Amino acid sequence: MSADPTQVLAFETDCHIFDGCGFPGPGLHSFLFEPIWGDTDGFYFNKPMLLALLGSIIIVGFFWAAFAKPKLVPGKLQMTAEAGYDFVRRGIVYETLGKKEGEKYVPLMVSIFFFVWMLNLWSIIPIAQFPVTSIIAYPAALAGLVYILWMSLTFKRHGFVGGLKNLTGYDKSLGAILPLVMFIEFLSNVILRPFTHAVRLFANMFAGHTLLLLFTIASWYLLNGIGIAYAGVSFVMVIVMTGFELFVQAVQAYVFVLLACTFIQGALAEHH
Amino acid sequence: MILAQEAEKENPLIPPWPEVVIGLIAFVIVFGFLAKMLLPNINKVLEERREAIEGGIEKADAAQAEAQSVLEQYRAQLTEARHEAARLRQEATEQGTAIIQEMRAEGQRQRDEIIAAGHAQLAADRKAAATSLRQDVGKLATDLAGKLVGESLEDVARQSRAIDRFLDELEEKAEAGR
Repeated sequence: MSADPTQVLAFETDCHIFDGCGFPGPGLHSFLFEPIWGDTDGFYFNKPMLLALLGSIIIVGFFWAAFAKPKLVPGKLQMTAEAGYDFVRRGIVYETLGKKEGEKYVPLMVSIFFFVWMLNLWSIIPIAQFPVTSIIAYPAALAGLVYILWMSLTFKRHGFVGGLKNLTGYDKSLGAILPLVMFIEFLSNVILRPFTHAVRLFANMFAGHTLLLLFTIASWYLLNGIGIAYAGVSFVMVIVMTGFELFVQAVQAYVFVLLACTFIQGALAEHH
Repeated sequence: MILAQEAEKENPLIPPWPEVVIGLIAFVIVFGFLAKMLLPNINKVLEERREAIEGGIEKADAAQAEAQSVLEQYRAQLTEARHEAARLRQEATEQGTAIIQEMRAEGQRQRDEIIAAGHAQLAADRKAAATSLRQDVGKLATDLAGKLVGESLEDVARQSRAIDRFLDELEEKAEAGR
């Protein structure tokens, strides 16, 4: 994996339209990185990992600056952080789980929200310009954590049989179609939900990054002859899509946490 | 194009485990700091702030309640004082009336007594006068008759002397009796 013309930023290729050079379109390879350290066969360290750890440090740094010595009358930074904290606490956790049940899960949900948002934000931060969550490992790790918590809560709250009933939507009044309902509910709850939970975030960020790449590479590739006009259009699209991504990043972080809360609410809910 | 070839055999939905591990570590860093230290910190302050605000409201409420109670106390005292004054006035009026009536009755009684005493005195005097007059008149009549009979018929002069004497005596008596 030495000379790889596609695994570089668009303008580093000396490839333009009418130069007898094919369009170096983005693809799966755009989401693979040569390790900075180590080897892909064993343990390694690459750019997304670096961004993930940097993201952690930024979040902790931000909240440290805001909440390490909190004041009764908050400054600007503390007020901003409080607003973010309050948004997750009241806007998501209390709304779904209620204040009494939800209080315990507030730190987890706040951490997930800001972690996901930060990893998403890397997508449009210059130089980084890569959403870490567009690699399935990161959403899968978080969804896995939520899944473990959700399942253990289900069985802890309802016991083994009750937990199974909770997960399969057991309801005697359904009569003959009960087995079918139980099968679908089980499939939906136990297998599909954690999968879609992770994939929803992954796919959104994957698609967003691909679009940004497409227009960015096209802006560069078209920069020759009459193509310059089209390159301008493409560049405008880069800016528009960057703005759109900014929105999608926040929404996906919100949705990820909202779903996590909904799953836990289902686990805590009384069987009916 | 090695990476591109690799990409074809790699499924983007199968997470490479080193990235999962790093992802978890990165998340645990965030969760650890937030859950163990920073969020409890801010929760404490938020709670304090809430208490400070509620404490202020409670203090204001307490002050208002106190002012209200003091006002009511003053009002009650004022009403009581008014009642007291009215009662005293009433009492004074009643006492005054009673005293006037008593004095009037006393005066009446004294007047009646004096009048009665006067009447009794008068009656007694008249009776005494009548008694003594009757005795005197009887005695005078008897004296006069005796004198008239003793010097009977001597002469007119004697008669007239006797009468004059008698009248003189009578006058003397009257003057001595006075």
